[in-house]
Amino acid sequence: MGSKGRVPLQEPSLKGALGRALMTNKMLNAFFGIYGGRYVPETLIPALEELDKAYRLIKKDSTFKKELSNYQRTYVGRPTPLYYAGRLTDYLGGAKIYLKREDLAHTGAHKINNALGQALIAKSMGKKRLIAETGAGQHGVATATGAALMGLECEIYMGADDVKRQALNVFRMRLLGAKVNEVTIGSRTLKDAINEALRDWTTNVGTTHYVMGTVFGPYPYPEMVRDFQAVIGQEAMSQILKAEGRMPDYLIACVGGGSNSIGLFHKFLTHKSTKDIQYIGVEAGGYGIDSGKHAARFAGGSVGVFQGCKSYLLQDDDGNVLGTHSVSAGLDYASVGPEHAFLHDTKRVKYTYATDDEALKAFALLAKTEGIIPALESAHAIAEAVKIAPKISKDKIIIVNLSGRGDKDVQQVSELTHEGSL
Amino acid sequence: MRAPFRDGSRKGTRPFEPIIKDMIRTIFTNKKAFIPYIMAGDISLQKTEDIVLLLEDCGADIIELGVPFTDPLADGPTIQHAAERAILNGVTLKKVMEMVHRLRNKTKVPIVLMTYLNPVYKYGLVRFPIEAVSCGVNGVIIPDLPADMEGEFINDARKHKLDTIFFVAPTSTLERIKLSAKKTTGFLYYVSITGITGSNINIDSHMTDMIGKIRAISNLPIAVGFGVKTPEQAASAAQIADGVIIGSSIVSMMNDNSFDLNELKKYLISLRKAIKFI
Repeated sequence: MGSKGRVPLQEPSLKGALGRALMTNKMLNAFFGIYGGRYVPETLIPALEELDKAYRLIKKDSTFKKELSNYQRTYVGRPTPLYYAGRLTDYLGGAKIYLKREDLAHTGAHKINNALGQALIAKSMGKKRLIAETGAGQHGVATATGAALMGLECEIYMGADDVKRQALNVFRMRLLGAKVNEVTIGSRTLKDAINEALRDWTTNVGTTHYVMGTVFGPYPYPEMVRDFQAVIGQEAMSQILKAEGRMPDYLIACVGGGSNSIGLFHKFLTHKSTKDIQYIGVEAGGYGIDSGKHAARFAGGSVGVFQGCKSYLLQDDDGNVLGTHSVSAGLDYASVGPEHAFLHDTKRVKYTYATDDEALKAFALLAKTEGIIPALESAHAIAEAVKIAPKISKDKIIIVNLSGRGDKDVQQVSELTHEGSL
Repeated sequence: MRAPFRDGSRKGTRPFEPIIKDMIRTIFTNKKAFIPYIMAGDISLQKTEDIVLLLEDCGADIIELGVPFTDPLADGPTIQHAAERAILNGVTLKKVMEMVHRLRNKTKVPIVLMTYLNPVYKYGLVRFPIEAVSCGVNGVIIPDLPADMEGEFINDARKHKLDTIFFVAPTSTLERIKLSAKKTTGFLYYVSITGITGSNINIDSHMTDMIGKIRAISNLPIAVGFGVKTPEQAASAAQIADGVIIGSSIVSMMNDNSFDLNELKKYLISLRKAIKFI
């Protein structure tokens, strides 16, 4: 595993004056090319240093590894299956489609992989309380679950608009013993929930660990969260080798902050015999790029510094952060993990988007052809498979990360498609 | 005096009279500094100009001007709401700098901008120090820029005599204090609480210890901020520090155009007295 926090690639962005500046910076391993870093108020720096130290230690600690893998097996239900979606494949008439079934992980999404890992770290650091932001509610549910499992207090920050559209997950978090704080300031979505969580952490930094839910924020979160999610790709690689005797040709995942996609991609990106794989990250196209109402950071954004790191950001000419729109709360975010920014610039991963309509169609299609209701986030990845599979020959293999299940979304979809109440 | 950015170019700019090096630092030479904060363009930029002059009349030694940003994560609700109002008024970093330039016809009071890194980044890390100084800005405070990030920008700012003010927090280790002190010009900003702006200050033995630690390794002036509201709190902060920054409670007094100017004056004067006569 690339323990330095970067995939072993040539780094064009490390040339020139900027590169020299970075090379002399002690914080070099906080960066992926020019992206990443640790841009937070000074009050939080000691906590991030403590977390970094704890994480470096624990990463090599065999007791921790054993404990984590035991929980993954007996509690989360790992490994999650790699399922050959035969009827979807036949329907599209092209490449073979496999689904990595993260929707079958405990709590219904990949988020538990990271939340559990961080809950264990928090406990080892002697923290008594977990806080987290959540958009779709999946990370909030996962963190509340981790807290219940470890006997820690838990508070979740969630934008008021998301509270409304993900009411079921709010109830689940409360059932799990977490306090859910509705964030009514700013744009009332995920970014505002992160601001509030960071403010809470700044205030209660001594007792509290902040469970960042994605490969975003200040160092060491992008690297640490990626490492906890990398289990997805590790399993998928050995599963596809067992099923097909060879590497896949395409990997597709949706990209909000980017944790499920990096989780699927990481092992493949760092493996030596995977040169020909095409990696595709699917952002939220909302009502389309021209509408301005989307969350496609690569298609519509530029480099900026936001909520702890440097990455692509949807912003105006004055550096203010733009409002975003996506039918899926989990992809509705103005920036994207810094490692994705690096993978984008180095062209290792292709980033595209699916609109709300395309995602909703894919949502219905997967339900009908395979009997699987995907999360609206994951439906964006399915939508990309729907687009490309028919154009690819039948002997090619696509793996789509089915990052979460769609139970949380059925009420919203029913309202959007005017099918009345369920 | 002409505005420095006509059609986005600096052509035709008459350079502002050079800022005296260490202007901010010299403020602290023989007095405790009263440093009020207001959000630029809250109500209007014209009003902000008037209030800057009022602050000076009421004894402000340095004025901290907030530049609005959509996601001010080190600030509490009072300042976030003020930023939202200013953004609605169309206020940008560029417009705030132009306003400072206009103010330089009327006052020499040192002005520091407090903003977040992204507006500065978008403006241009190379352009910003040069143009800020040419507009008469004396220093910059960027809470989400710790002293070990963007080294070239920090060096550039120093080269162009734009003071870079970094933070020391109650949680700071000795190593971090040293780093912030090393990169700071002007004054060090001691965050009185682990928290956000507008919280309640806690002047306790920890704060006294921390300020002692800073003084042991640096002779920079130290100003205390975050959470100072009452003249009593300002007085006790001034007893151990060299300056006191007061923001949220001033901002909350002027959140619409009908605010009571006399009340504000009275409050400012009470703060100044508390800070200076200890």
